[in-house]
Formats: sequence, structure tokens, C-alpha cells
Amino acid sequence: MDRRTSLRWMLTAATTLQLGLLELVPAASAAGGVEAKPYGSDPKLIDPYHPGELWPLTFTSAQRELATVLCDTIVPGDATSPSASAVGVVDFVDEWISAPYPRQRKDRKTILDGFTWIDVEAKRRHGRSATALSTEQLHGICDDICYLPKAKPEFRTAAKFFARYRDLTAGGFYTTPQGRKDLQYIGNVPLPRFDGPPLEVLKKVGLA
Amino acid sequence: MPFVDAEAVSKREYDVIVVGSGAGGGQTAYTLTMEGARVLVLEAGRKYDPTTETAMFQTPDMAPLRGTDTPEKPFGFYDATVDGGWQVPGEPYTQASKDKSQRFEWWRARMLGGRTNHWGRISLRNGPYDFKPRSRDGLGFDWPIAYEDMAPYYDKVEMLVGIYGSNEGLENTPNSPDGCLLPPPKPIVSDLLVQKHSAKLGFPTIACHRAVLTAPLDWKNTPAKLHPGNTAAQEIIARDMRRRSPCLWATPCGNGCSTRSNYQSTTVHLPPALETGKLDIVTDAMVAEVMLAKDGRASGVRFIDRHSGKSMQATARVVVLAASACETVRILLNSKSAQFPQGLANSSGKVGKYLMDTVGADLQGQIPLLENLPPHNEEGASGLHMYVPWYGYQAQKAGKLGFARGYHIEFIGGRRMPQYYTTEGLEWITGGSYGAKLKEDARRYYGSMIGFAGRGEMIPNEHSYCEIDPQVNDKWGIPVLRFHWKWSEHETRQAAHMQKTFAELIESMGGRVRTPPEKDGAKAIARGGSIIHELGGALMGEDPQRSVLNKWCQAWDVKNLFLADGSPFPSNADKNPTLTIMANAWRVADHILDRMRRKEL
Repeated sequence: MDRRTSLRWMLTAATTLQLGLLELVPAASAAGGVEAKPYGSDPKLIDPYHPGELWPLTFTSAQRELATVLCDTIVPGDATSPSASAVGVVDFVDEWISAPYPRQRKDRKTILDGFTWIDVEAKRRHGRSATALSTEQLHGICDDICYLPKAKPEFRTAAKFFARYRDLTAGGFYTTPQGRKDLQYIGNVPLPRFDGPPLEVLKKVGLA
Repeated sequence: MPFVDAEAVSKREYDVIVVGSGAGGGQTAYTLTMEGARVLVLEAGRKYDPTTETAMFQTPDMAPLRGTDTPEKPFGFYDATVDGGWQVPGEPYTQASKDKSQRFEWWRARMLGGRTNHWGRISLRNGPYDFKPRSRDGLGFDWPIAYEDMAPYYDKVEMLVGIYGSNEGLENTPNSPDGCLLPPPKPIVSDLLVQKHSAKLGFPTIACHRAVLTAPLDWKNTPAKLHPGNTAAQEIIARDMRRRSPCLWATPCGNGCSTRSNYQSTTVHLPPALETGKLDIVTDAMVAEVMLAKDGRASGVRFIDRHSGKSMQATARVVVLAASACETVRILLNSKSAQFPQGLANSSGKVGKYLMDTVGADLQGQIPLLENLPPHNEEGASGLHMYVPWYGYQAQKAGKLGFARGYHIEFIGGRRMPQYYTTEGLEWITGGSYGAKLKEDARRYYGSMIGFAGRGEMIPNEHSYCEIDPQVNDKWGIPVLRFHWKWSEHETRQAAHMQKTFAELIESMGGRVRTPPEKDGAKAIARGGSIIHELGGALMGEDPQRSVLNKWCQAWDVKNLFLADGSPFPSNADKNPTLTIMANAWRVADHILDRMRRKEL
């Protein structure tokens, strides 16, 4: 329970029940004819994995181009850290939407339908494909779909897509070494003892 | 010759067969072998070695799908459990009802160490009230033993396993004698904040008790307390205690621990038991039934060797089932004979009855005071450093709560290693930012979230039980379990109370709740089985007509058959059950040794 970080078991134990493993079938139809096999109940845990090793990546080159633009719209490079696409997040999104599990297959449809929608919307508004839009033009569309509770009815489906895509991009980014550094995470190193919070932290929250 | 193959066991003689290698089976095997008994442990899953297989410092970017959960690894890729989860391929279970609220989700781990590879290491003693709940409020069942009967075994287990915690002298929250507990880890800033505000609301926040070595075990003094007069056992455990490294204050306990700094059966119980030379372990041995001799005693067990699919047998003087509450029930119900047509040890008809889980509800909050804190390491012992024990005894007595029994509060915050879900759904607080603003928001809110979870007592009821499904077999041809489940209002009201309390706490800290507190307890409560505190099904009691076991967890019907997992529990206190499973298993094993010495078994 410390399943996930120690947090995971507690916060999501009741909500992440992914049942129905037995219903898994090869993702051939979803992944455009390419078979994706699940990693099984006893995968080797020690070895590092890279997107594309366990199941093939399936973005077309046009999808990959749009995925890159959207990743970097959501997590652009700045003085502190690089952009999402610069640290492999597009590969992670591709790994995700190509995976043979129920949640990922549902996301595959959401993401690819969202790509189609955004391209159609770009042509409707500006007469060109989404990847050819200026930053301002692309932001104009994103502003309409970036927050589901305030999205107009005609943008609700697109807003659901954008929320998923933002989660994948941010989740992919902040789990990289560069993302961890951006958040100033400190840990995952053995310590001789655990000292608790420094005095300056306690002072800041009024506990010292 | 510790790990043996299935063929070998038919040629060997054992004093005791133990089915299962988790907290109950591991403790039983440890106690018996350290005191000289020859033991065979049968484990349904594969051999597993945490010292070589554990992903300790691996980061989410090294895992498929950033380490997120899949049906095959339901608690994340790096969770120590393999070959386990809510579903095990080829080994189904069924539900009597299609109604979701009446389902029981059965989490299993088919591997050496069983479910001890997956738990929070929270190790709380049941208090005196918890052994006599019916005497206090007229509901459920009393245990046929009292706190005083279990206390010496809690002491021993704490000294052996290594449990951190403190003694606070609170109601029904027992102190441990000096020398039992290791020092608690220093609180992190969110712990201290919760402590400050919970005090305002009138309840205490104290050190949690967890099975993690915050200091080396006292290998000089404790071995003599664990095994008085037994120098061979003392030497073995003293040596093994020195091989366990104190916590290195990094990496999630749930991944397992290659330095053996926390408790898994495979890091604490099995290594010294193997070193006695008295223990054989057969893995991939799926027990189908207990065999009955003509004299009405258990002669051994029949099991399926998962490698060959062959049916095999093992014999011994005594059989101990510790396969997990429901799996133990399944074995009993599938052990049919002319003498026991409705399943072994089931003359009472109570085998499978009174299945329990823990009441669970969660709420997350964001605390502005914790935003933008100076970066520092908050990993500590990876799980809870502090918790809130149940504090509502007086309010309950005054009739103010509307439900019986209580819950403790687990909570965790801090600047933990960023995971996929760290930023998931962050728009609840950012209003949907993206781009440069999202990066600012992520920095600002990282480390400012606190999650609260209630873990409360369920009262056993007539509607929550398991039985054999008359139609469905697993891939080994063994009939499977079918579950019936129903919460009572005591549980659902408790879940709603948790929600209200967590919201009050979050708001008291100046925070915002992520979701409104759920007022409808039936919606707030986690699904049956999902907290993975499966207990009951073969209760111990005073009356052979109304219980399956006597107070020694010995079957009323079969003299040499004992149960040593969670199945004998007559109640499920809010205290997480693993410590009590271990203490009870030690108590049962001591009794078996005593009876064997007196040639009564």
C-alpha cells in the first residue's frame, strides 16, 4: 500500500479496480492491425523498459506531428526545464494509446478522435491543419477546450479529450528526470537517517 | 534442502503441513521450525526472492506506461506482487448478485509470501474492547480469548518483525512493553499540520505503528525473549536479525525490500525458518483439499503441481491452513467426505459465513500553507509516520454517532516522487491551465496535497459469506468460490462520517477538498473486499454449534486441523489485521507444539 508511492494505495485503492483481465483480447483492431500483447502477470521488474519494446507504437507520422505540437503547447520549454517532446513524452503517449489494456484502449479512441477534431476545427477556423497554425491560433482553440466545467456545449467532447491529453503529457513529463528536477523533488537516495523537516520549513508554515 | 519439488514430498515425513506462506503461514512455519518441528509449507504461487527481484530505486520512466496500474499489475508495475490481483487468470471466482454493492472483490497473490508482498506495513494491536465487541454493544461476536491472551504474542511478533511506533496510553490503543517497539520516524511537515488541527477538533494524531526497521533490531537481547531456553533458535534469529538492514529512508515499501528492512514473510519469517533445516517449501503447489483418515483425523492434503498439472499428496501429523481467509474456506468446503458431506469441519454449517472486510472511504485536499515550501526530502519510511486512532468512544456512548464501532484515519502528504497521477486531474485547482501557466501551477501545488483515508470496523453479518459455486471450476478442476456481500448501516454511516470528518480537517487546515464530502454512506464506502482485509469465514468461538474452531483455532470436528490466517477472526477491528494474524499464528503454533510434546497430536 505504498502500492504506487505510499500514497497510491490509500488514495486510489477504491477507484482503480481494473477488473476484467480475462476479457483482454489482442488489440489488433484498435491498433490498426498490429497485435499488442499485455506484459503478463509476472513481468521482469528490474530491467528498464522503453516505449515500443513491449508493444509496437502506432502513431502515424501525421499523428506524431500533431502529438508533438500539443505536448509542447501543454508543457513548453522554459528557463527551468525542456519541453515535453524534448524528453520523450510523445513516445510515452504513443506507448499509452497503443497498449492492450482496457483503460488505454478507451484513451486511444479519445485521443485519436480528439486529433481528428482539432484538425477539422483548425481548418474550419483558419483554413489550415492544426500543425500549421500559429501559436495564437492554436491557443485560441485550446482556450475553448482547456477546462471542461466551463466549456461550451459544442466543445465538451473536445474538452474531455484535452483533459486526457494534458494528463498524459504532464504525467509523462513530470516522471522524467528533467520533470522531477523541475519540481525540485529530492529523494530516491539512501540516507543514513531521516531528519524530518528543516527549521525554515516549520517556520514557514507556523509550526516553529 | 529447503525448496523441494512436488515429487519429493511423498517420500518425506512431516510433523506439520502449513498451507500458505504469508503472514499466517510464515509465522506458523517460523514458530514450529524454530522449536524443532519438521514442517512442509505448500505455496500456490511461484518462488520469490525479494533480495534479487525487487525494483528499489527504479523510477516511473523506466517502467511500461510510467508504472501505472494495469489489470495485470493492479497496484502499479513496481508493486512487489506478481501473479496476483483482482483476477488471477484461469482461477475465477463468481458473484451471487449482479448488483455492484453486493460484490466482493477478492484480491489474491499467487507467490511466496502471499499478500505480505503487498500491504501498508501498518501494524496496530487490537485493544481489549476489540476482543469483546458483543459484550460491549450486543453486535457481532466476542472472541473466545481476551487481549491478555494475545498480548505476549504481540510482544514477540513486534520484537521479531521490527515495528516502529510510540506508546500513548490511549483508550483501547494498547501500549507495548519496553523493548518491543522501534523509535517512530520524525513527522513530516504535513503530519505536524494535521496533528495541530486534529487537536482543535478534539482527536489525537500520534505515531503510526509500521513494520519498518527505523533502527537495527536488538539482536543481543530479544532472541532469548523470543525463544527462552532454546539456544539453537536464539543463535539463528540473532544472526538473521543482523542480516536485516535498517531502513535507508528511500523507495516505496510496496515495491518490496531487498535490504529486508521491512516485513514481508520472505524477509522475516522464512529465512530463519529455512536455516533451521526443518523446513521444506514446495511452491506452485495448489492445495485442493484436506484428506481425511479413517479415524476422522486429517491425514494430509492433496495438491496440484502447477508445473505438471499432476495431483499429488503430502501427509503429516497436523495440518494448518493459512491460505488466506477465503482460500482456506474454499479448501474446507471442497474437502467433502462421507463424514463431512458439506465440507470438512463444517458440522456447524458455519464454514464460509461471516466474511468481513474493512470499511474504507477517502478524501483528498489541497493545503495552501504547504505550497512552495523549500525543497527537502520527505520520503521517510515511505508509508505513514502518523495516524489518528479511533477517538469516538465517548461520543458513541452518548449516542451521538448513529453507528457502532470505529475507524482510524490514515493520511499522507509530502513531496513524494512524482508519479503519473501526481498531476492527473489538476484542473480541479488550476481551472484548466496549460503551457507556461501549467508549469507554474505544477511547481506551486506539488507537495501541497494531503490524502485522508478511513479504515473502520465492519460487523460480521448473515448476508456476507462465500460458498462453492456449483457450476464453475478453475483450470485445475477445483470448484471456485461464489460471494455474497452486504454492508449494514453501521458501515455505511461510518463511511459518511469519515467523509464529513476529513472535510472538516481539510477545511480546518485552510485547505480545499478535491470533491465534496459524500453524504450518502452507500456511495462513500469502498467496495467489499477492496481494502484487502479479508477476514472470517471459519470463526473461533466457545460453542461448537455456532463456530468452526475452538479458541486454539483447532477445528471442533477434526482434532489435528488448525487455521492460522484471518479466517478464525470473530471480528475485524479497525486495526489492520496483519499484526494480529501473526500474533495469533504464533499462539496457535505454540499450542500445537505443546500438544505434540504431550503426544496429543
